[in-house]
Amino acid sequence: MQPGRTALIAALLCGIVCAVPARAETIKVEIKNLVFTPAEVTAKAGDTIVWDNQDVFAHTATATDKSFDVMLPPKKSASLKVTKAGTFDYFCKFHPNMRGKVTVAE
Amino acid sequence: MRVIIYAALAALALSPLPAAAQNAKPNDAQIAHIAYTAGAIDIDAAKQALKKSKNKEVRAFAENMVKDHTAVNKQALALVKKLKVTPQDNPTSQALAKQAKDKRAELAKLSGKAFDKAYVDNEVAYHKTVDNALETTLIPSASNAELKSLLETGLKIFQGHEQHAEHVDAMLK
Repeated sequence: MQPGRTALIAALLCGIVCAVPARAETIKVEIKNLVFTPAEVTAKAGDTIVWDNQDVFAHTATATDKSFDVMLPPKKSASLKVTKAGTFDYFCKFHPNMRGKVTVAE
Repeated sequence: MRVIIYAALAALALSPLPAAAQNAKPNDAQIAHIAYTAGAIDIDAAKQALKKSKNKEVRAFAENMVKDHTAVNKQALALVKKLKVTPQDNPTSQALAKQAKDKRAELAKLSGKAFDKAYVDNEVAYHKTVDNALETTLIPSASNAELKSLLETGLKIFQGHEQHAEHVDAMLK
Protein backbone atom coordinates (compact mmCIF):
# COMPACT_ATOMS: atom_id res chain seq x y z
CA MET A 1 0.00 0.00 0.00
CA GLN A 2 1.27 3.48 -0.89
CA PRO A 3 2.18 5.73 2.00
CA GLY A 4 -0.10 8.47 0.72
CA ARG A 5 -3.05 6.12 0.62
CA THR A 6 -2.38 4.90 4.14
CA ALA A 7 -2.39 8.46 5.35
CA LEU A 8 -5.64 9.11 3.54
CA ILE A 9 -7.30 6.09 5.12
CA ALA A 10 -5.95 7.10 8.49
CA ALA A 11 -7.36 10.56 8.01
CA LEU A 12 -10.73 9.16 7.01
CA LEU A 13 -10.81 6.82 9.97
CA CYS A 14 -9.84 9.68 12.20
CA GLY A 15 -12.76 11.64 10.83
CA ILE A 16 -15.00 8.95 12.25
CA VAL A 17 -13.21 8.00 15.42
CA CYS A 18 -11.20 11.05 16.42
CA ALA A 19 -13.98 13.59 16.10
CA VAL A 20 -15.25 12.47 19.48
CA PRO A 21 -12.51 12.53 22.08
CA ALA A 22 -12.19 9.24 23.98
CA ARG A 23 -14.94 9.50 26.55
CA ALA A 24 -15.07 7.71 29.85
CA GLU A 25 -17.47 4.83 29.60
CA THR A 26 -19.71 3.10 32.05
CA ILE A 27 -19.37 -0.65 32.18
CA LYS A 28 -22.18 -2.57 33.74
CA VAL A 29 -21.87 -5.81 35.69
CA GLU A 30 -25.07 -7.51 36.74
CA ILE A 31 -25.35 -9.63 39.87
CA LYS A 32 -28.08 -12.21 39.88
CA ASN A 33 -28.29 -15.39 41.92
CA LEU A 34 -24.74 -14.93 43.20
CA VAL A 35 -23.13 -14.58 39.78
CA PHE A 36 -21.26 -11.57 38.35
CA THR A 37 -22.24 -11.18 34.66
CA PRO A 38 -20.10 -10.66 32.70
CA ALA A 39 -17.54 -12.23 34.96
CA GLU A 40 -14.72 -10.44 33.14
CA VAL A 41 -14.82 -6.88 31.91
CA THR A 42 -12.28 -4.65 30.23
CA ALA A 43 -12.11 -0.93 30.92
CA LYS A 44 -9.88 2.04 30.24
CA ALA A 45 -8.47 4.20 33.00
CA GLY A 46 -11.15 6.77 33.82
CA ASP A 47 -14.08 4.45 33.06
CA THR A 48 -16.65 3.59 35.68
CA ILE A 49 -17.74 0.09 36.60
CA VAL A 50 -21.30 -0.17 37.86
CA TRP A 51 -22.36 -3.30 39.70
CA ASP A 52 -26.10 -3.78 39.67
CA ASN A 53 -27.03 -6.11 42.52
CA GLN A 54 -30.39 -7.71 41.75
CA ASP A 55 -30.15 -10.17 44.61
CA VAL A 56 -31.89 -9.83 47.96
CA PHE A 57 -28.47 -10.47 49.51
CA ALA A 58 -25.73 -7.96 50.23
CA HIS A 59 -22.58 -8.54 48.20
CA THR A 60 -19.23 -6.83 47.75
CA ALA A 61 -16.79 -6.39 44.91
CA THR A 62 -13.51 -6.75 46.76
CA ALA A 63 -10.20 -6.80 44.93
CA THR A 64 -7.93 -9.70 45.84
CA ASP A 65 -5.06 -7.20 46.13
CA LYS A 66 -7.30 -4.96 48.30
CA SER A 67 -7.10 -2.06 45.82
CA PHE A 68 -10.89 -1.67 45.98
CA ASP A 69 -13.74 -2.84 48.18
CA VAL A 70 -17.21 -1.85 47.00
CA MET A 71 -20.28 -2.60 49.14
CA LEU A 72 -23.24 -3.75 47.08
CA PRO A 73 -26.42 -3.62 49.19
CA PRO A 74 -29.40 -5.79 48.20
CA LYS A 75 -31.31 -4.52 45.15
CA LYS A 76 -28.94 -1.56 44.76
CA SER A 77 -26.14 -0.62 42.44
CA ALA A 78 -22.78 0.87 43.28
CA SER A 79 -19.94 2.13 41.15
CA LEU A 80 -16.21 2.43 41.02
CA LYS A 81 -14.13 4.72 38.83
CA VAL A 82 -11.05 2.84 37.72
CA THR A 83 -7.91 4.91 37.45
CA LYS A 84 -5.07 2.45 37.66
CA ALA A 85 -4.14 0.11 34.82
CA GLY A 86 -3.85 -3.55 35.58
CA THR A 87 -5.76 -6.76 36.04
CA PHE A 88 -7.84 -6.98 39.16
CA ASP A 89 -9.40 -10.19 40.35
CA TYR A 90 -12.22 -9.57 42.74
CA PHE A 91 -14.65 -11.56 44.86
CA CYS A 92 -17.56 -11.09 47.25
CA LYS A 93 -16.44 -11.00 50.88
CA PHE A 94 -19.69 -12.55 52.05
CA HIS A 95 -19.76 -15.27 49.38
CA PRO A 96 -16.16 -15.82 48.26
CA ASN A 97 -17.39 -18.34 45.68
CA MET A 98 -18.50 -15.29 43.65
CA ARG A 99 -15.59 -14.13 41.49
CA GLY A 100 -14.95 -11.62 38.76
CA LYS A 101 -12.19 -9.78 36.96
CA VAL A 102 -11.63 -6.21 35.80
CA THR A 103 -8.87 -5.46 33.32
CA VAL A 104 -7.99 -1.79 33.10
CA ALA A 105 -6.00 -0.53 30.11
CA GLU A 106 -3.99 2.73 30.21
CA MET B 1 -27.86 -44.41 46.17
CA ARG B 2 -30.57 -42.08 47.47
CA VAL B 3 -30.93 -44.20 50.58
CA ILE B 4 -27.25 -43.71 51.35
CA ILE B 5 -27.45 -39.97 50.69
CA TYR B 6 -30.57 -39.52 52.75
CA ALA B 7 -29.00 -41.54 55.53
CA ALA B 8 -25.90 -39.36 55.30
CA LEU B 9 -28.06 -36.30 55.85
CA ALA B 10 -29.78 -38.02 58.71
CA ALA B 11 -26.40 -38.93 60.17
CA LEU B 12 -26.10 -35.27 61.08
CA ALA B 13 -27.92 -36.25 64.18
CA LEU B 14 -26.41 -38.90 66.34
CA SER B 15 -29.74 -40.53 66.92
CA PRO B 16 -30.62 -42.96 64.15
CA LEU B 17 -33.67 -42.19 62.11
CA PRO B 18 -36.57 -44.57 61.62
CA ALA B 19 -35.83 -46.92 58.74
CA ALA B 20 -38.87 -45.74 56.80
CA ALA B 21 -37.57 -42.19 56.70
CA GLN B 22 -34.25 -43.33 55.33
CA ASN B 23 -35.88 -45.08 52.42
CA ALA B 24 -38.23 -42.32 51.43
CA LYS B 25 -37.39 -39.72 48.86
CA PRO B 26 -38.43 -36.40 50.42
CA ASN B 27 -41.40 -34.72 48.74
CA ASP B 28 -41.52 -30.97 48.03
CA ALA B 29 -43.40 -30.20 51.25
CA GLN B 30 -40.69 -31.99 53.23
CA ILE B 31 -37.85 -30.46 51.21
CA ALA B 32 -39.25 -26.98 51.85
CA HIS B 33 -39.43 -27.78 55.56
CA ILE B 34 -35.84 -29.11 55.64
CA ALA B 35 -34.47 -26.10 53.74
CA TYR B 36 -36.35 -23.65 55.96
CA THR B 37 -35.22 -25.47 59.11
CA ALA B 38 -31.59 -25.47 57.94
CA GLY B 39 -31.75 -21.70 57.50
CA ALA B 40 -33.54 -21.07 60.79
CA ILE B 41 -30.91 -23.12 62.62
CA ASP B 42 -28.14 -20.98 61.22
CA ILE B 43 -29.99 -17.79 62.19
CA ASP B 44 -30.31 -19.05 65.77
CA ALA B 45 -26.63 -19.98 65.87
CA ALA B 46 -25.72 -16.51 64.59
CA LYS B 47 -27.93 -14.83 67.19
CA GLN B 48 -26.13 -16.77 69.90
CA ALA B 49 -22.79 -15.63 68.46
CA LEU B 50 -23.97 -12.01 68.40
CA LYS B 51 -24.80 -12.28 72.09
CA LYS B 52 -21.54 -13.93 73.06
CA SER B 53 -18.76 -12.89 70.70
CA LYS B 54 -16.75 -9.70 70.82
CA ASN B 55 -14.62 -10.57 67.80
CA LYS B 56 -15.24 -8.16 64.92
CA GLU B 57 -14.85 -10.76 62.14
CA VAL B 58 -17.01 -13.30 63.94
CA ARG B 59 -19.73 -10.74 64.54
CA ALA B 60 -19.65 -9.53 60.93
CA PHE B 61 -19.96 -13.12 59.78
CA ALA B 62 -22.85 -13.82 62.15
CA GLU B 63 -24.66 -10.64 61.08
CA ASN B 64 -24.39 -11.74 57.48
CA MET B 65 -25.75 -15.20 58.36
CA VAL B 66 -28.83 -13.60 59.92
CA LYS B 67 -29.39 -11.35 56.90
CA ASP B 68 -28.81 -13.95 54.18
CA HIS B 69 -30.78 -16.77 55.77
CA THR B 70 -33.63 -14.45 56.69
CA ALA B 71 -33.75 -13.35 53.04
CA VAL B 72 -33.67 -16.93 51.73
CA ASN B 73 -36.33 -18.09 54.18
CA LYS B 74 -38.54 -15.16 53.30
CA GLN B 75 -38.33 -16.24 49.66
CA ALA B 76 -39.02 -19.84 50.68
CA LEU B 77 -42.15 -18.83 52.60
CA ALA B 78 -43.38 -16.71 49.70
CA LEU B 79 -42.83 -19.65 47.36
CA VAL B 80 -44.65 -22.26 49.45
CA LYS B 81 -47.53 -19.84 49.82
CA LYS B 82 -47.64 -19.30 46.07
CA LEU B 83 -47.45 -23.04 45.41
CA LYS B 84 -50.01 -23.72 48.15
CA VAL B 85 -47.67 -26.20 49.76
CA THR B 86 -47.65 -26.61 53.51
CA PRO B 87 -44.12 -27.39 54.69
CA GLN B 88 -44.21 -30.80 56.27
CA ASP B 89 -42.19 -31.68 59.34
CA ASN B 90 -40.17 -34.85 58.90
CA PRO B 91 -37.43 -36.87 60.60
CA THR B 92 -34.62 -35.03 58.80
CA SER B 93 -35.87 -31.63 59.96
CA GLN B 94 -36.31 -33.02 63.46
CA ALA B 95 -32.81 -34.50 63.45
CA LEU B 96 -31.34 -31.20 62.26
CA ALA B 97 -33.22 -29.25 64.93
CA LYS B 98 -32.22 -31.67 67.68
CA GLN B 99 -28.56 -31.59 66.73
CA ALA B 100 -28.59 -27.78 66.53
CA LYS B 101 -30.19 -27.52 69.96
CA ASP B 102 -27.47 -29.73 71.42
CA LYS B 103 -24.78 -27.67 69.71
CA ARG B 104 -26.20 -24.42 71.07
CA ALA B 105 -26.20 -25.87 74.57
CA GLU B 106 -22.58 -26.94 74.11
CA LEU B 107 -21.55 -23.50 72.80
CA ALA B 108 -23.44 -21.75 75.60
CA LYS B 109 -20.88 -23.11 78.05
CA LEU B 110 -17.99 -21.49 76.19
CA SER B 111 -16.85 -17.88 76.09
CA GLY B 112 -14.21 -15.63 74.52
CA LYS B 113 -11.86 -17.16 72.00
CA ALA B 114 -12.99 -20.70 72.77
CA PHE B 115 -16.53 -19.75 71.84
CA ASP B 116 -15.46 -17.96 68.65
CA LYS B 117 -13.43 -20.93 67.51
CA ALA B 118 -16.13 -23.48 68.31
CA TYR B 119 -18.84 -21.39 66.64
CA VAL B 120 -16.87 -20.83 63.44
CA ASP B 121 -15.68 -24.45 63.29
CA ASN B 122 -19.26 -25.58 63.60
CA GLU B 123 -20.34 -23.13 60.91
CA VAL B 124 -17.80 -24.63 58.50
CA ALA B 125 -18.94 -28.18 59.30
CA TYR B 126 -22.64 -27.30 59.28
CA HIS B 127 -22.51 -25.52 55.93
CA LYS B 128 -20.58 -28.44 54.43
CA THR B 129 -23.24 -30.87 55.58
CA VAL B 130 -26.08 -28.72 54.26
CA ASP B 131 -24.26 -28.17 50.92
CA ASN B 132 -23.94 -31.89 50.56
CA ALA B 133 -27.58 -32.52 51.44
CA LEU B 134 -28.73 -29.85 48.97
CA GLU B 135 -26.53 -31.15 46.18
CA THR B 136 -27.12 -34.84 46.56
CA THR B 137 -30.65 -35.10 47.93
CA LEU B 138 -32.78 -32.00 48.16
CA ILE B 139 -32.14 -30.45 44.73
CA PRO B 140 -32.37 -33.73 42.77
CA SER B 141 -35.53 -34.72 44.68
CA ALA B 142 -37.37 -31.43 44.24
CA SER B 143 -40.09 -31.79 41.62
CA ASN B 144 -41.28 -28.18 41.36
CA ALA B 145 -39.00 -26.12 39.12
CA GLU B 146 -39.28 -22.95 41.22
CA LEU B 147 -38.45 -24.83 44.40
CA LYS B 148 -35.48 -26.43 42.65
CA SER B 149 -34.28 -23.03 41.49
CA LEU B 150 -34.59 -21.55 44.99
CA LEU B 151 -32.65 -24.50 46.41
CA GLU B 152 -29.94 -23.92 43.80
CA THR B 153 -29.61 -20.31 44.93
CA GLY B 154 -29.61 -21.59 48.50
CA LEU B 155 -26.76 -23.93 47.63
CA LYS B 156 -24.66 -21.05 46.26
CA ILE B 157 -25.41 -19.04 49.41
CA PHE B 158 -24.43 -21.93 51.67
CA GLN B 159 -21.27 -22.64 49.67
CA GLY B 160 -20.35 -18.97 49.91
CA HIS B 161 -20.91 -19.01 53.66
CA GLU B 162 -18.77 -22.11 53.99
CA GLN B 163 -15.85 -20.30 52.31
CA HIS B 164 -16.50 -17.16 54.35
CA ALA B 165 -16.49 -19.26 57.54
CA GLU B 166 -13.20 -20.84 56.46
CA HIS B 167 -11.69 -17.36 56.01
CA VAL B 168 -12.87 -16.29 59.45
CA ASP B 169 -11.56 -19.55 60.87
CA ALA B 170 -8.13 -18.90 59.33
CA MET B 171 -8.11 -15.42 60.92
CA LEU B 172 -8.84 -16.85 64.36
CA LYS B 173 -5.70 -19.00 64.29
